[in-house]
Amino acid sequence: MATITIDGNQYDVDDTENLLAVALSKGYDLPYFCWHPELHSVGACRQCAVKQYRNDEDEKGMIVMACMTPCSDGGRFEIADKEAAEMRSQVIEWLMINHPHDCPVCEEGGECHLQDMTLMTGHTQRRYRGPKRTHRNQDLGPFISHEMNRCIACYRCVRFYRDYADGDDLRALGSHNNVYFGRDSDGALDNEFSGNLVEVCPTGVFTDKTLGAHYNRKWDMQNAPGICTHCSLGCNTSPGSRQGMLKRIQNRFHGEINHYFLCDRGRFGAGFVNRDDRPRQPLVRNADGILEPRAMDVMRDTMESVFAEAKGVVGVGSPRASLEDNYALRHLVGAKQFSNGMSAPDAAASRAALAVLENHSGQLATLREIEECDAVLILGEDVTQTAPRVALSLRQSARNKHHEMAAANKIPKWHARAVRDIGQTHNSPIFSATTHATRLDDIVVEPYRARPNAIAALGFAVANALDATAPAAVEPLDQDAQAFVDAIAATLKGAKKPLIIAGTSLGDPSILAAAGNAMRALRTANSEARLFVTFNEANSLGLAMMEDRDVDTAFAAIEDGTADTLVVMQNCLYERAPKARVDAAIKKAKNVIVMDHSLTRTVGEAATHVLPAGSFAEADGTLINNEGRAQRFFQVFIPDAPMQEGWRWAQDLAEVAGHKPDWIGMDDLIAAIVADMPQFAGIQDAAPSQSFRKFGMRFPRSPHRYSGRTALYANVDVRERRPEVDPDSALSYSMEGYQGVATPPALMSYAWAPGWDSNQAAITRFQDEVGGHLKGGDPGVRILRVAAGHSAFADATIHPVAGWQAVPIHAIFGSESQSARSAAIVERMPAAEYRVNPAAAKSLKLTAGDTLELAIDGETHAFPIAIDPSLPDQTVGVPVGMHGVCGLRLPVEIKP
Amino acid sequence: MKNAAQNAISATSGVLRTLGMTFMHSFRKRDTIMYPEEQPYLPPRYRGRIVLTRDPDGAERCVACNLCSVACPVDCISVVKTEDETGRWYPESFRINFSRCIYCGFCEEACPTYAIQLTPDFEMGEFDRQQMVYEKSDLLISGVGKRPGYNFYRVAGMAVGGKDKGAAENEAEPIDIKTLLP
Ligand code: SF4
Ligand code: SF4
Ligand code: SF4
Ligand code: SF4
Ligand code: FES
Repeated sequence: MATITIDGNQYDVDDTENLLAVALSKGYDLPYFCWHPELHSVGACRQCAVKQYRNDEDEKGMIVMACMTPCSDGGRFEIADKEAAEMRSQVIEWLMINHPHDCPVCEEGGECHLQDMTLMTGHTQRRYRGPKRTHRNQDLGPFISHEMNRCIACYRCVRFYRDYADGDDLRALGSHNNVYFGRDSDGALDNEFSGNLVEVCPTGVFTDKTLGAHYNRKWDMQNAPGICTHCSLGCNTSPGSRQGMLKRIQNRFHGEINHYFLCDRGRFGAGFVNRDDRPRQPLVRNADGILEPRAMDVMRDTMESVFAEAKGVVGVGSPRASLEDNYALRHLVGAKQFSNGMSAPDAAASRAALAVLENHSGQLATLREIEECDAVLILGEDVTQTAPRVALSLRQSARNKHHEMAAANKIPKWHARAVRDIGQTHNSPIFSATTHATRLDDIVVEPYRARPNAIAALGFAVANALDATAPAAVEPLDQDAQAFVDAIAATLKGAKKPLIIAGTSLGDPSILAAAGNAMRALRTANSEARLFVTFNEANSLGLAMMEDRDVDTAFAAIEDGTADTLVVMQNCLYERAPKARVDAAIKKAKNVIVMDHSLTRTVGEAATHVLPAGSFAEADGTLINNEGRAQRFFQVFIPDAPMQEGWRWAQDLAEVAGHKPDWIGMDDLIAAIVADMPQFAGIQDAAPSQSFRKFGMRFPRSPHRYSGRTALYANVDVRERRPEVDPDSALSYSMEGYQGVATPPALMSYAWAPGWDSNQAAITRFQDEVGGHLKGGDPGVRILRVAAGHSAFADATIHPVAGWQAVPIHAIFGSESQSARSAAIVERMPAAEYRVNPAAAKSLKLTAGDTLELAIDGETHAFPIAIDPSLPDQTVGVPVGMHGVCGLRLPVEIKP
Repeated sequence: MKNAAQNAISATSGVLRTLGMTFMHSFRKRDTIMYPEEQPYLPPRYRGRIVLTRDPDGAERCVACNLCSVACPVDCISVVKTEDETGRWYPESFRINFSRCIYCGFCEEACPTYAIQLTPDFEMGEFDRQQMVYEKSDLLISGVGKRPGYNFYRVAGMAVGGKDKGAAENEAEPIDIKTLLP
């Protein structure tokens, strides 16, 4: 603690912070560029100049950079000082000398930090009339546009891309007045977090290409608090729309999860919402097998007769749909006829994961907490591909060593360059056992490669090494492996905050049991030990909590004739079971009713009746993320089509089927879920109820300067439309309502504060301290029960496969079914190929490029072979979720 | 008492003086004109019908920046941005709902390209309010309006339509990032 004076006001502040961060936290408008709450200070831009006085007698003072000035006790500072203010405006003027006259045609305009700072310093007239420096741009791929002329050389981009995300292909090129921020040559940015450049760059150099394709200014967008649905982490997003079209995904700060950064799958994967081939009205398959549109009322009658004639109905839920949608389907078909929609192996792994989470629910790391862990063991997960944002957090955890070394030398955490210099390549240890080489290997200590069951065995062995009472794997490890295990155990034991990461992507429950045992062994000695478990889809954990029956039970009911009608909620059957089985079931079933938002294979080939359900952008719902946090997402816009939320369809169907539910709106439905399934108690608090108001007002989806309201639809009818009323939430479909810092965080559709238009700077006004947590608490509620006492160790059972095995290879761009329908993601999808190691290729008598035809789980695909020396012997890496391969059923035995 | 009398006299004379002055106006030259037979003179800066002008090269001036629409206090302008194949921004659609427009001229003031201009034409009456909705084709004129000479893209740094980097006004050649010379 230190007491400092800023502009005559005294504050008690954290003395480990720099003056700029403190001033911003205290609400001062102090301009800055190169500093960022996560990238810290380098003092490069000279924008944050303030006056510092030596003592009470000092009248002259000296100009210092606030971001490089520690808040030492007794410090006296002036932000308002005339000389300092003059310096700040001159710095801007100098930065603007070469700046192009681009604002009107710049995608950054309206949310540009440079515009804000220019205004804040009062430099409003250009005086320089000489020639400006210019640059050529590069093609940086489908995600990001490049306009180098707008660069102010703050170095934030490379500090994020290289120093924070450990990317390699973006760099500062050239020298002196010629610096250039780009790649060696044209090409897509390689790092999985490149999209954050859009928000990190304070100018319009890097902008969102997918937004540019149908551009709108920030002030013209209708937003909503969103939750990313492209993996299980549940990063908070702010999707923006206009006139019923989804325009972009922006980061929405959450102090425990994503804070300032998203992954590229989450940011650029929402294009599927705008696809033309989406079902946008009720459809019925005619005798020729073509889906024909039906009016809503006609469809209602049709459905009435379908349910009247049905001899047994089974429901297939979905781990990518909300709890509400799934629960409504469960109500429609009856609890016993409902399945969680996961493939059998996925469901088994998810159940195992849930059990482990419940056993250690007091010990679960948040995404943010990963950054504080100083030793990590990853069991099986290729996190960069399956839960991408984890990889970014892990990269920060590796740097804990730097901070430790810096602290020992009395260098503050915010002194970015010094911390880096002292840390060099000394990282905190990360151990990782995976089936093949991963993108994280550069920070991993001796990457360990093995088949899924051997990874589980390693996990059990680590648990045993940590605590001798934990069962070891049945077969003893070889000497090298045992030495490795001992090293891991010793490191984890010695760490202040060790972390175990595991997940369901390999479909092997024993890996999760092993992680649980290791955690159990660790936490007896160290209460700071943490566990982090990832799942395959956005609501996998929610569905595992809701229902044990997997999709196979639904097929069994059709096969044995107990049911003849299949009702599917936002799921593709072909992703969940072998094609032959799905085809047979569909043939046998009289009716297949599908409620979905995309043209999946099930909609296109199997459905007899299609009910267009809203995607995340057209519906509200609750998702349970991987740490058991219930989070609400809200409808972004009202579609101009007869679509509705999945749960509304299920509600309508229940009504025609003769068991009308007694819930009406969202609040009712959530209350019904909680009453019916106590494991979900708490989800009602994930966001304020639909009747919540501030000063009698709702909370706006749009910024206060949303323009064109009396002209947007004037071509259709010159009389303005009535603003839509949202029956399901406390948000308004306009700019009307309460805007201010007292907005509950769960209802913050976008970030804006007077003078601060850019997302990452405006959010400061809503945080308890800059970069910390949201005022009023980070949204969402963790609902997992905290288990009393310590659970018993699980048995160390593994199921070794003797012969050949197919293992899943996940890809950030492609393996998730919704984002894989987005044009920008498709461009980055890896090629279809089977991967084998050289020995395996030799035994198959194949070389790279040869085509291998492989029957996996009743489905045959022929792909070229790629040689990947990192794979274990007799193992084929199969791309999952893309190129027609339905992936969530691996690993399986194969016979090539 | 004296004051009351004085007040009454001055008030009465004031009224009479005003009446007289008004009466004298009957002998002055008339300001009212026989509109519409006779047309009034309106200065060029009069704020009437809004047009979209072209730059001196004959291309659309509007770059679809949306500054006019955000400045408009009654929100009666809607602009949708698009780009041509060379990256030049222009409005895919530009709509003004004149039944809402209050002719304040804020849009003209906000426009960074001099594209949108108010003109002295005020004869916009319609029987059907729907007819007051003007699309781009109704707004776009073929001239430069009040601002001859100005072409935004010749000043801006974006490379568009044949204008390369470094070819705008007051621009140096694009830098050579490989050079180490000072
Ligand atoms: S970066 Fe900002 S200041 Fe520069 S042209 Fe774009 S909007 Fe204007
Ligand atoms: S490209 Fe953007 S972030 Fe990078 S140095 Fe230039 S202005 Fe800063
Ligand atoms: S890490 Fe997962 S939740 Fe977060 S943005 Fe990426 S895909 Fe979305
Ligand atoms: S302000 Fe001017 S350039 Fe911008 S959209 Fe309006 S008319 Fe077009
Ligand atoms: S923010 Fe302090 S020098 Fe850049």
